[in-house]
Amino acid sequence: MDAKSEKSNLIAGETGDWEVVIGMEVHAQVTSNAKLFSGASTEFGGEPNSHVSLVDAAMPGMLPVINEVCVSQAVKTGLGLKAEINLYSVFDRKNYFYPDLPQGYQISQYKNPIVGKGEVIVDMLTGERVIVGIERLHLEQDAGKSLHDQHPQNSYVDLNRSGVALMEIVSKPDLRSSEQAKAYVSKLRTILRYLGTCDGNMDQGSLRADVNVSVRRPGDEFGTRCEIKNVNSIRFIGQAIEYEARRQIEIIEDGGTIDQETRLFDAKTGETRSMRSKEEAHDYRYFPDPDLLPLELTQDFVDDIAKTLPELPDEKRARFIADYGLTPYDADVLVAERESVDYFEDVAKGRDAKQAANWVINELFGRLNKEGLTINDSPISSAQLGGIVDLIKAETISGKIAKDVFDIVWTEGGDPAEIVEARGMKQVTDTGAIEKAVDEVLAANPDKVEQAKAKPALAGWFVGQVMKATSGKASPQAVNALIKAKLGLD
Amino acid sequence: MKDLTDLTIAEAREGLAERSFSAVELTQAHLAAIKSANRALNAFVLETPERALQMAETSDGRLAKGEGGALEGIPLGIKDLFCTKDVRTTACSHILDRFTPTYESTVTANLWDAGAVMLGKLNNDEFAMGSSNETSFYGEVVNPWRREGSDAPLVPGGSSGGSSAAVAARLCLGATATDTGGSIRQPAAFTGTVGLKPTYGRCSRWGIVAFASSLDQAGPITRTVRDSAIMLAAMAGHDPKDATSADIAVPDFGAAVGQGVKGLTIGIPKEYRVDGMAPEIEVLWQQGIAWLTEAGATIKDISLPHTMYALPSYYIVAPAEASSNLARYDGVRYGLREPGKDVISMYENTRESGFGAEVKRRVLIGTYVLSAGYYDAYYLKAQKVRTLIKRDFDQAFERVDAILTPTTPAPAFAAGEKSGDPLEMYLNDIFTVTVNMAGLPGISVPAGLSSEGTPLGLQVIGKAFDEETMFRVAQVVEDAAGLIAKPNDWWSKL
Repeated sequence: MDAKSEKSNLIAGETGDWEVVIGMEVHAQVTSNAKLFSGASTEFGGEPNSHVSLVDAAMPGMLPVINEVCVSQAVKTGLGLKAEINLYSVFDRKNYFYPDLPQGYQISQYKNPIVGKGEVIVDMLTGERVIVGIERLHLEQDAGKSLHDQHPQNSYVDLNRSGVALMEIVSKPDLRSSEQAKAYVSKLRTILRYLGTCDGNMDQGSLRADVNVSVRRPGDEFGTRCEIKNVNSIRFIGQAIEYEARRQIEIIEDGGTIDQETRLFDAKTGETRSMRSKEEAHDYRYFPDPDLLPLELTQDFVDDIAKTLPELPDEKRARFIADYGLTPYDADVLVAERESVDYFEDVAKGRDAKQAANWVINELFGRLNKEGLTINDSPISSAQLGGIVDLIKAETISGKIAKDVFDIVWTEGGDPAEIVEARGMKQVTDTGAIEKAVDEVLAANPDKVEQAKAKPALAGWFVGQVMKATSGKASPQAVNALIKAKLGLD
Repeated sequence: MKDLTDLTIAEAREGLAERSFSAVELTQAHLAAIKSANRALNAFVLETPERALQMAETSDGRLAKGEGGALEGIPLGIKDLFCTKDVRTTACSHILDRFTPTYESTVTANLWDAGAVMLGKLNNDEFAMGSSNETSFYGEVVNPWRREGSDAPLVPGGSSGGSSAAVAARLCLGATATDTGGSIRQPAAFTGTVGLKPTYGRCSRWGIVAFASSLDQAGPITRTVRDSAIMLAAMAGHDPKDATSADIAVPDFGAAVGQGVKGLTIGIPKEYRVDGMAPEIEVLWQQGIAWLTEAGATIKDISLPHTMYALPSYYIVAPAEASSNLARYDGVRYGLREPGKDVISMYENTRESGFGAEVKRRVLIGTYVLSAGYYDAYYLKAQKVRTLIKRDFDQAFERVDAILTPTTPAPAFAAGEKSGDPLEMYLNDIFTVTVNMAGLPGISVPAGLSSEGTPLGLQVIGKAFDEETMFRVAQVVEDAAGLIAKPNDWWSKL
């Protein structure tokens, strides 16, 4: 069986199993200060129409001039997607009328995109690995926004987004479940954020997806697809696919056929509904924009950008597993967010990476999750957490005490070493004091001493008792060694 | 002394520098001429006398200190396709008839930087679509020239008919114009003026209302070749705001004028001898060839084999781009808005009422040729033809330094004579569109009078970014033709 047709991905219908086939067109807003063809700001959240140049408003006689930063960002993204960079690309006009489209056309790239074929590796929690082909990436202008809730009869238009640079990243129809689709978008978002070419803020519209969904019997030809437009959260992408696949399966099982159409996802009902049919589809009358010369890049330009590429999540993940001995799961957790991995690498630098990973994943992420915070809101800096790990390594504190220190730093802040010093939390390494405590415990439990001599595993019980007696400050290693010696277990 | 309005730009510059008259006096003389002429000629759609006098005063201040730019104090008319800051700019369309830009086009800004004075905005065919200035929302422009013994109004050519009429009638010393398929050179030929379309990319298109972006180019209409060179030098230059503007230094065009044609080879394309060309045009062309030969040029027959396809291809490419360029006039942000029951009907009402018949025709043609299923057969094929036309010229220019042709196949026609038949109207552009399709510079120089006593022009086509050679040839034609009598003033007496 085709790896993509994994049994677990199939949807059971009334008449048998169905496979859903998904392709995505992700619109990622390019991280840049200025718009694709004008100098206006791309800042989010300005007063309506406060970031609008004469070009963005399509005033008579205004001309677009390409923003080189956006071109670099697209190339960088292409390199991050291991894709072909096209040294020759062309901007075309996509013509249609809409009030939030001032020019009456969107400047996009049609026949000659800046980036060609690439791929994204998606590792599922199940361990399944899906390689998603990238068909192309092209640059295009965003449209403005129609506001329908400002006036009883009229609609208003906010052109702040008009002309902002988008990268449309088109995947091949390589996805076979809503889970895969969600994981793909998450992975793509991670890559873009590592590259710094898109901030990935889906709630601000920086990343949206058009989702193409069709169903078929496993092994059959592709079915007729429907395109669900402009889905703006990963959760909604999953919901939209689930709903749409079920809808199509029901229609086919009832003897119907799927009409190729554009649909909208309604987040309130979790359903998709028809927006326009194939017959109603626009004729966009694409043609090369005569205001812009073809975009011609040199290989040197591309090579220079390649030199600035950061280590990407796949490489980081592989390195963490190979060099640090992390589990694939831990490595996935760490590399998923650029901020998380930066934090982890700060903590791990010059320290035991595995221990650093434990502390970052178990203690820090656990606590952040519990309190509904993100890594950016963490009250404990990577330097502070590193300090705690250092104290453990130096045997100044035990792992148990370290958790108390973590708590204090979390709520009160401060330097872990100073806290340990000031609050007398230092591990007791004075063997005389430990020995005294050991002797007392052994003397108080002669029966257990006898049992332990026969069954060495019971030594652990004595260790616990001694730790209790020393309020956890005794070095567990020292206690362990002493007990074993005194019980004659070595 | 000559009337101030009869001076060339070169002469006026000297007079101003010598303080023989002031810039204010020069401007006042032109304002008076406009006042007495405009009712009859309709060349200006907006007069800006206050601004003009203010600019002239500023110029006088600079001139008094011995300062000033290359056009200091020179009164000009501006085609209403150029956006002028705080001055209404309409493209002579109802859809923009209340539009006042907050910005100044690069070309006009360059002119003001050089010290020029704006007299007002000049009439043109609506969105520069026309060859007779009969499609303007503000009414047709009348050619100051009339046929001998006739009072019948003639067209001034188009689309820069206001520019050509104003310069010919001595309402301004020079005018800006734009040329997409002949809109500078054809009106110049019809009015006995010099019309220059520079190499594509020589002048910035920023702030000029777009017709067909890959063909549009600004240029001057003047009364002499020298004036043309002076004006172009001020208008031209690289503009980072126009991606198609060439980053090439502007040479001293004035220095080229008067260098003669000795040693130059001039090409005569056999394909420009078209059916229906007036015999007197052929005679004029032969005369031009003789003049250049006498002046020391070598004449060479050349072939531009794809010439016959230029006009049909042009009338695909230009409307295609126009249909898209004019989509922004939708009633949403500026200009005319005719309300409707929903946004679609608002678009329909606005564009129905806002655009004239010729503009609608071209938007429809353009939309058609770009439509799915027709794109390859029309637009793509036209672009291929365009490449071939360009190649024809490239090959010809391996053998010659410039090309001489007639500007138009016939002299100025009567108002209304061709406005009912678009195809016949389009034929006016037959010798000029090839130059736009190839992006080359072309200049129309007055070379004689028709049997009816109306002006005729010869066109000199240069290599890309070699306006200098073109000016040299044009100057020789101008000198040989001698100063053509100016049109009899009938208009100011009305």
